[in-house]
Amino acid sequence: MGEGEVEKAKMGARPIVKLGIFLISHSSFVSVICLITAIVALLLLPVLAKNTYISENALMPGSGNSMLSTQDVSEANKLVKDLAHLYLRSPIESQQVIGQYMSGLDAEVTYQKFYPQLNQFHPLHFFTNSDSGISSNNMNCSSLGINTVGIIRAPRGDGKEAIVLVTPYNPEKNGVGEALSLGIAYSVFSLLSRVTWLAKDIVWLVADSRYGEHSAVDAWLREYHDPVFHGDGIIDSEACNESNTTTELEQKLYVDKKFYSGFRRAGTMAAALVIKVAEDGNHFEDILNIYAEASNGQMPNLDLINIVNYLAVHKQGLRIQVKKIWSLLGFRWLNTLGVIFESVGQIARSLNPQWKFGIPASEYVEGTATLASSLYYQGLGVPTGPHGAFRDYQIDAITLEISPKVSHSKTTMHNDFILRGGRLLEGVVRSINNLLEKFHQSFFLYLLTSPSKFVSVGVYMIPFVLLVTPLPLVAASLHIDASKSTTPQTTEGDVSRKSWKWLNSARKVFVIHLWGVVVALLPYFLCRMPNNNLTTNFTLWGLLSAFSLRILYLLLGSPVFEVSTSQPEKREWARLKSVTTTAAFIGLSLMSVINFATAEIGALFIIPICLMVRPLKLDAQARSLRTLLRATCNLVLGLIAFPPVAYVLLKLVFDDFDCFNVGEYWNWVESLWAWNSATYLYVGIVHLPCWALCMHILFHPC
Amino acid sequence: MDLLPISLFLLTFIIFSTTTLLLAQPQQQYQDQYEEFSEELLLKPLPDRKLLTHFHFHNQAPLHNHHSFSTHHHLFPKPISHLVKKFHIKEMELSFTQGRWNYERWGGFDPISSSNAKPPGVELWAIFDVPPLQVDASWKNLTHALSGLFCASINFLESSTSYSAPKWAFQSDLGSLRYGTLPREAVCTENLTPWLKLLPCRDKAGISTLMDRPSIYRSFYHSQRLHLRSSIAEDRLSSRIILEQTLTVVLQPDIQRAGMNYISETSLQPSWSLSSIFGRKINGRCVLAKSSNVYLQLERGLVTELENLLKDTAIFAANDTGSENFRRNIGFELSVNPSKVHKEVEKSSSILYEYPIKEYKDSEQFDLGLTWKHPLVWSSPHAPLYASRFLTGSGNERGAIAISLKSTESTQGFVAANNVKERCKLQVNILQMVPWYIKVYYHTLKLFVDEKPQAVIDFVERMRVSPSEDKVSPGLMELVLKFPCEAKSAVLNIDFDKGFLHIDEYPPDANQGFDIPSAIISFPEFHAGLQFSDNSLRKSPMLSKFQEKSRVLSYTEVLLVPLTTPDFSMPYNVITITCTIFALYFGSLLNVLRRRVGEEERLLKKKDTNKGLLLQVLAKLSAKLRGRSSESAQPQSPPPPSSFISPKLVLKVVLVAGVAVTWQYYSQ
Repeated sequence: MGEGEVEKAKMGARPIVKLGIFLISHSSFVSVICLITAIVALLLLPVLAKNTYISENALMPGSGNSMLSTQDVSEANKLVKDLAHLYLRSPIESQQVIGQYMSGLDAEVTYQKFYPQLNQFHPLHFFTNSDSGISSNNMNCSSLGINTVGIIRAPRGDGKEAIVLVTPYNPEKNGVGEALSLGIAYSVFSLLSRVTWLAKDIVWLVADSRYGEHSAVDAWLREYHDPVFHGDGIIDSEACNESNTTTELEQKLYVDKKFYSGFRRAGTMAAALVIKVAEDGNHFEDILNIYAEASNGQMPNLDLINIVNYLAVHKQGLRIQVKKIWSLLGFRWLNTLGVIFESVGQIARSLNPQWKFGIPASEYVEGTATLASSLYYQGLGVPTGPHGAFRDYQIDAITLEISPKVSHSKTTMHNDFILRGGRLLEGVVRSINNLLEKFHQSFFLYLLTSPSKFVSVGVYMIPFVLLVTPLPLVAASLHIDASKSTTPQTTEGDVSRKSWKWLNSARKVFVIHLWGVVVALLPYFLCRMPNNNLTTNFTLWGLLSAFSLRILYLLLGSPVFEVSTSQPEKREWARLKSVTTTAAFIGLSLMSVINFATAEIGALFIIPICLMVRPLKLDAQARSLRTLLRATCNLVLGLIAFPPVAYVLLKLVFDDFDCFNVGEYWNWVESLWAWNSATYLYVGIVHLPCWALCMHILFHPC
Repeated sequence: MDLLPISLFLLTFIIFSTTTLLLAQPQQQYQDQYEEFSEELLLKPLPDRKLLTHFHFHNQAPLHNHHSFSTHHHLFPKPISHLVKKFHIKEMELSFTQGRWNYERWGGFDPISSSNAKPPGVELWAIFDVPPLQVDASWKNLTHALSGLFCASINFLESSTSYSAPKWAFQSDLGSLRYGTLPREAVCTENLTPWLKLLPCRDKAGISTLMDRPSIYRSFYHSQRLHLRSSIAEDRLSSRIILEQTLTVVLQPDIQRAGMNYISETSLQPSWSLSSIFGRKINGRCVLAKSSNVYLQLERGLVTELENLLKDTAIFAANDTGSENFRRNIGFELSVNPSKVHKEVEKSSSILYEYPIKEYKDSEQFDLGLTWKHPLVWSSPHAPLYASRFLTGSGNERGAIAISLKSTESTQGFVAANNVKERCKLQVNILQMVPWYIKVYYHTLKLFVDEKPQAVIDFVERMRVSPSEDKVSPGLMELVLKFPCEAKSAVLNIDFDKGFLHIDEYPPDANQGFDIPSAIISFPEFHAGLQFSDNSLRKSPMLSKFQEKSRVLSYTEVLLVPLTTPDFSMPYNVITITCTIFALYFGSLLNVLRRRVGEEERLLKKKDTNKGLLLQVLAKLSAKLRGRSSESAQPQSPPPPSSFISPKLVLKVVLVAGVAVTWQYYSQ
């Protein structure tokens, strides 16, 4: 069939088919070209980044003069001091003080008690919101959190929309930074309670971060969006002493105002801002860090980052940062690459001054470091702050972490700091308040290379597409080769079984992927077991995985499945490789839809080995320099693609590596599934099986 | 453009004033009998340091049915009487509102909150006196007429998707009622001006001179309302049109911020005067008004607080036998002494100070001021249940509307009052209108009473559901629920799917989301009314309105539902993509239809091996052979040798062919 088909196609084919056949027949050459261009394109991304711009005209950041006065600030400072005085007293008291301050501004105040949701593995809940009823069954009284929520109703607004300010606060720790962040939020809140231009309600959530910032915010959002109307989920109040505290608190708050107590809401949320102040300041200047990545690589609308960036830089003179991987800055080769790109840009400019290509080398290195971290945190699929909880409800949110300049001892410094932070926040709130529609104008899919530069989806897709294109080509060429090689020696019995051979390897691939699913599910059972030692868990996991692989191998080898092949097929590995590459292609393409960054990083790891792999035996038999080189390459790539090794390597490159513990990997995996990251599924169901198949091919007994 | 209305206005004004001057004296008697106008203003301090001002203009005229459009009115606005006559309106109410009435702080159990607290935007309802088939047509015409009259987009209520016909949950009157709201309508001074034009003195004289536009539109809540009622009596002469125009404004008097904020409970209420809140004073009455009064109302809660204050300073109280005024004034001070003080008949009752407006000279104008002397904290009476409505769920696919009702102190009072009966029930009427693109599943209606799921059927007294029809009519749900009085809370939950709209059905700013109009919660067993013993108050139209027993009514929040919206900014991309797809599709389709693969191959082969004339002939022959007797000929010309051939296969084919041949042979 193969030869005849190709012949026929060659004869009467249209150009597109001819091109396809050409590509397939030169697949190795094409794949090398594709891989190289992909890497180059990836490295070029910081150069291709565009400057951000505010896309939505309605936002108009910085159009109004800042109204935050020193009086608001001194009030806020009073709150900070009060909280500092309350240190070492009961945590409820400080929450009560916050509530009183809020109600002093005519805000509606409520306390929400919640039980932090334990990080549990729900294998079937990966892409759905976890059911709100499940969590609160096995809660004990000791882990009761209380969120304080204040709501300002817009004087003439219709109350359909709201802007949320979040300040995580741990009443037990009572850090200076947290108190300062409360101060900033309070100063803005007190201003907003007076202004006349408010069109959206303002919600200020003081999230009780005793059990984690994310879980507190998440608990509030869950109550806001998916309330439980029947009282089964809530623990009966007699059992806990503390559960009565909220009612006590509220009674204290409304001594004689007969207000209705209960959870309060304020319309659809337009945007949310999480304000944090870093506990340990730096010695140079006030730095604003922006964290935007939410679960599964979802990002808030770029406009939200833009307005913060615009206001912080142009109005408040803060230095603004996004996360970057510091260790990349020290890489020599990156610097030389930057120099090369810079000189290329200069040459281009000398040829035609209109070509604005190329950026300074230092900027390139910084951009690469930021881009790498952007890619890494998006790919990880774990939110980088409490704002991640909002994205699960399609609300744009970012975390602003201000790292203050000096120690927080002096009051004047405090005042100045609160004033700056408050003005920034006021500007952002005012800008969002101007927004008539929800955020929709700007990008949702982007990577940041600096706070004011981004790479949009149209550009960062190119490397991925280039990485992935060789896979189907190689698969097709291998398939044709394999069938070609079998055709001459066809006997009568073989003819009917020709298609079966393909299915045979497909079955093998399927079984290995099934094994991947089993491996992905194993931690669920492991974490049910009483021992909590990370290392033992990890080793158990590894052993069980190996064991299950063995069992599946046995099943695979059993006569039920075995098609009667008397002698091992000579070109069997080629067929297997063809199916493996196809599976990898499908898996990567699917993943790119769910979480692009994961797919991109995953492609970098798995695609080289997928393309290069060849049985060692064959290479060893040939004994030429080329084959030996290929064999070693294969071995190295195979080692790199093994997930734990890949993890260690990433750690080596990105974090300053101190000492690696096997349990750390388990920890990492645990965090992945606890956050319902799709990356976990990808590693378990796509990456690991593909790697295992590659290894199988590598050690294939041909 | 601008000159024309102004000149018209001036012209009408001159004509109008001359006619009134001419007619005033001789026809005074006649006018009193048939047309009358009165203006009133109610001021009420609110618990949260705000001030409620309520303007009330009452205008009535005889309804002459004979010369239908030619009758001349002296005081009554002619366009309104035209409306009534043309569309046969029995009753109508139009309100423009900005801001939200805070039921929690400003109360929900008094006549003002029941009848003047309105949902944001425009609300219009009308009862027509026409045969049922003509009601919709009248409604449509009415919306257009009002739209022109009030410079508002009321005409959007014309489309059948935006109004509905509640039967009994809204008003107890049976009749051809139509109800519609426009939650997104922006209300501004352009709506107020035509409204003021309906007054005989406009805002040139009388109480309406206080209406300083910046102060009104700086307020926390303002609602201008126009209520029209035609009472048709048996004898034609006594049938009348009654036009009631009210403007309710909640203002914040300027306050000097106290240093310490959060101990505000002990801080003084802000003092105010008419000139400080409106920047104007009352120069004099509108000469055309029959009565012109300003009232200051102190709520029940406030009066109780004042009495408590009085008890605290008991020494004075014991000694004092002086005037009522002095005793009342212990908590505050009034700049003008009232001419009368009215007290409600009940034990804990509100107090009303009355100030008749007379002609003032330039030097002394009416400027009522109130200065607080003692910090007082009180609360307004609340509706029996505090209603709030919210959306649950997230995403673009589905969601749920939840209406939560929580008991307030009024319910407890009700329980206490009804304790004699064994089973006390609290009746709640709910009217919920939902646009068609919110596809509500009425069977999913769930009810939770005191956080326990309950069967809806146990609590529903009556229920009427008219499901929405896509692009035709909105969904409407009317419920009459009866809860046990001791129930603390109740939640109604109903699921919906979000629909898709056609691209041209999206409103401007579609990405904001879509509004669900307010639900109306009413308590027919509760009556918001003040009871004054003084019969002289019956003369005042506003106070007699307050003394009517109207049902307690409250509106819930407007909700915003984000729907899926197409990317409107990318029509070009869409066009390009569609065109590409079409080109590819039709191109390949035509290719397939036109080309014959076999033909091409043959041609190519011919080109390669130019020998095959004989072969071609043979092939043609064989084809003909095959075409003529396919059954018999098929096996005889086996396909060119391929890997499929095996002795078994040949044997089978031969066997089948033999059977076929014999069958052919014998059948013929």
